Amino acid sequence: MATKDLRDRSGDAPDIALETRALSVYYGESAAVNDISLTIPRNRVVAFIGPSGCGKSTFLRCFNRMNDLIPAARVEGEVLFRGTNLYAHDVDAVEVRRRIGMVFQKPNPFPKTIYENIAFGLRINGFQGKLDEQVEHSLRSAALWDEVKDRLQESALELSGGQQQRLCIARALAIEPEILLMDEPASALDPIATGKIEDLIRDLREDYTIVIVTHNMQQAARVSDYTAFLYLGELIEYGDTDRLFTNPREERTEQYITGRFG
Amino acid sequence: MSGERFRPARDRRRRVGAIFRMVCLVSIGFSMLVLAILLVDVARDGLHWLSWDFLARYPSRIPERAGIKSAILGSLWMMGLTAAISFPLGVGAAIYLEEYAPRNWLTRLLQTNIGNLAGVPSIVYGILGLAIFVRFFGFGRSLLAGAATLALLVLPVVIVASQEALKAVPSSLREASYGLGATKWQTIRHHVLPMALPGILTGMILSLSRAIGETAPLIMIGALTFIAFSPTSPMDPFTVLPIQIFNWTSKPQAEFHDLAAGAIIVLLVVLLVMNTGAILLRNKFQKRF
Amino acid sequence: MTPLDLGHRASRRWGERLIALLLFGCGIISVLTTVGIVVVLVTESAGFFREIPIAEFLTGTRWSPMYSEQHFGILPLLNGTLLIAAGSMLIALPVGLTSAIYLSEYASPKVRAAIKPILEILAGIPTVVYGYFALTFITPLLRTAFPGTGIFNAASGAIVVGIMIIPMIASLSEDALNAVPLSLREAAYGLGATQFEVSTRVVVPAALSGIVASFILAISRAIGETMAVTLAAGATPKMTLNFLESIQTMTAYIVQVSLGETPHGTLEYRTIFAVGLVLFFITLAMNLLGQQFTRRFREVYE
Repeated sequence: MATKDLRDRSGDAPDIALETRALSVYYGESAAVNDISLTIPRNRVVAFIGPSGCGKSTFLRCFNRMNDLIPAARVEGEVLFRGTNLYAHDVDAVEVRRRIGMVFQKPNPFPKTIYENIAFGLRINGFQGKLDEQVEHSLRSAALWDEVKDRLQESALELSGGQQQRLCIARALAIEPEILLMDEPASALDPIATGKIEDLIRDLREDYTIVIVTHNMQQAARVSDYTAFLYLGELIEYGDTDRLFTNPREERTEQYITGRFG
Repeated sequence: MSGERFRPARDRRRRVGAIFRMVCLVSIGFSMLVLAILLVDVARDGLHWLSWDFLARYPSRIPERAGIKSAILGSLWMMGLTAAISFPLGVGAAIYLEEYAPRNWLTRLLQTNIGNLAGVPSIVYGILGLAIFVRFFGFGRSLLAGAATLALLVLPVVIVASQEALKAVPSSLREASYGLGATKWQTIRHHVLPMALPGILTGMILSLSRAIGETAPLIMIGALTFIAFSPTSPMDPFTVLPIQIFNWTSKPQAEFHDLAAGAIIVLLVVLLVMNTGAILLRNKFQKRF
Repeated sequence: MTPLDLGHRASRRWGERLIALLLFGCGIISVLTTVGIVVVLVTESAGFFREIPIAEFLTGTRWSPMYSEQHFGILPLLNGTLLIAAGSMLIALPVGLTSAIYLSEYASPKVRAAIKPILEILAGIPTVVYGYFALTFITPLLRTAFPGTGIFNAASGAIVVGIMIIPMIASLSEDALNAVPLSLREAAYGLGATQFEVSTRVVVPAALSGIVASFILAISRAIGETMAVTLAAGATPKMTLNFLESIQTMTAYIVQVSLGETPHGTLEYRTIFAVGLVLFFITLAMNLLGQQFTRRFREVYE
């Protein structure tokens, strides 16, 4: 079956990693995400904030078509990646997810060894290089190598929660995605582990575009370059993080960041 | 860059996936097909034997005169007696385990033991029934000996189903009753049991539908296969539908095989009625919570 | 005013105690059942083993208690039982597991709701009916395909026992697959895995101990299965691996003796308790092993 090659660079705007055009997601009749258009710049960290149930996770899951797995979800509009609409009929969701990696809310390592957790994605995607080198490289990128280098053959479930989450990040990085989606990656972790993840996000910005969903406004302020505020499925305000937190243009944004609702 | 580092071979993987999905579908289809063939096979052989006379006549050495009256009556007796023995014991054990039992080694032993008994082959229960009920208690090769054996056989099913039903009763109901000054037994009798009853009944029907098809344990305790009279007391010798089916199937003549098919149709219809009843009861039960 | 009386009501207290005691009595019946099984099998077998050495019983390759030249080696019966168990697993294991994968990973809720009752029906059909089916449908089919096949043969029994335990494996394995958290599936999809890869390389390995438990319990069930093999597989204890020959299982032997005229108390009659003892211990060991795997599985995911 011929599917559109996502490596095709035609129509590629140089500094835009992702763009949504009039994107809506429906669960049955109700819209969880309503008509959102925005652009995600390359090699930047973009945070989505908003009260729980505002549609920020659903929106994030459009970028690698994870919503396909929910039978009731219906997506309208476009998500452009390298000039290709990810929701076009000839695009293979499996290939999308290899190019656009994801880290989930709760650490979800496979019940296998630490090594096999990383190697899984490499094996299924036909990695051509040396497996051991790539595993080490990924674990170093996720700042986990020193902690686990002597116990690669132990079960990943033996690691602490924070280590497990960094393993999941390493697992996503191993298959060399261009974009990393993070769905509240620190919400299940203690403050120290959270701090390590945040340091890691700042380091990873050099090589990746990162979109992070968080319900923690301080976290958004600490790690992101741009912030989008979503409320009831609508994009209320989107802009430079420092500006949005110090001088919001919308009243609802101000109310939210000053803690008056949410 | 990544185009050289990864060769995802998507088309091949998609093909493998499609083949595997087809294999799984064929597997499911196999079971459906077997069930269909089995039903058609039985119906083709046995349907033309079904008549009022077939139900109302006793077994005979001449196929044309043979019927399943004594087998039907035996199965009815057997169901009634098995229910009468296993239900009080099973529900009582479930109440003990859920409402009374302390959390100690004895309770754990009871629970583990029930799990293990469910996996004991039914013919081993037959050996037990033969030694205990037929000989030791002197019930002889009677309905009572058979029913006592089958009651022990289905006891784990009754206990586990009743335990599930009791677990589903909210503890707030018990507290409300205690708060009104009721004793433990009053609480259980007037509040917990009525609420758990549909679930318990469902388990009972399912356990009886297991018992009605059992053959091996009853052969062990010596159920006769040629009974040309109706049992009138629990101490009478007996035959039941599955044993009549076994008897006719093991004869070499094809006419007897067809008689067996006729009896199988009757047995399957009875089972269908029982299971439909259980499902209806279960649905009604689920709606209430 | 009468003084406040918070003392026990004696009659009520004794009533409550009596009820608790009765209920405990019901609970203890199941333990007595197990004790009864063990005591009956062991004491009756003891009489048998006084005359036949255990070593001869366990290692003898000929079983002919009813013939004038008597032999009491259980191996031919074990051979027959294992032949049926192995043959039935050859069918039930792949079909049951792939059915479970289909139900858990591929089927829509509607399809699943339609298929599961059909599997329950299959599981609820009495074993004597399967015996009839084997003898009147499967055996003629086999005899057409392989002309040398006997009327009674191991293959027919193994096939029908396999069919019988498919629902058990499918249902228990599906429970195990369903217990694997959605987050693991999402993790694999997020790495660009196809549904096939998610199912076979993540979900099945994660559910493995639960799946193994279903296999073990199914083998135990196949070993204890009686009526279908009595009707279809024959009454010829022998050491063979040929599925097209007539054999005899331990269970079928016990039925054969109890159908016959063997007088109670004789050595021939006591064989059924010795064979029953072996059968009981094999199935008990497998059930305990199966429960061990189930427990290990629950510890990970519950």
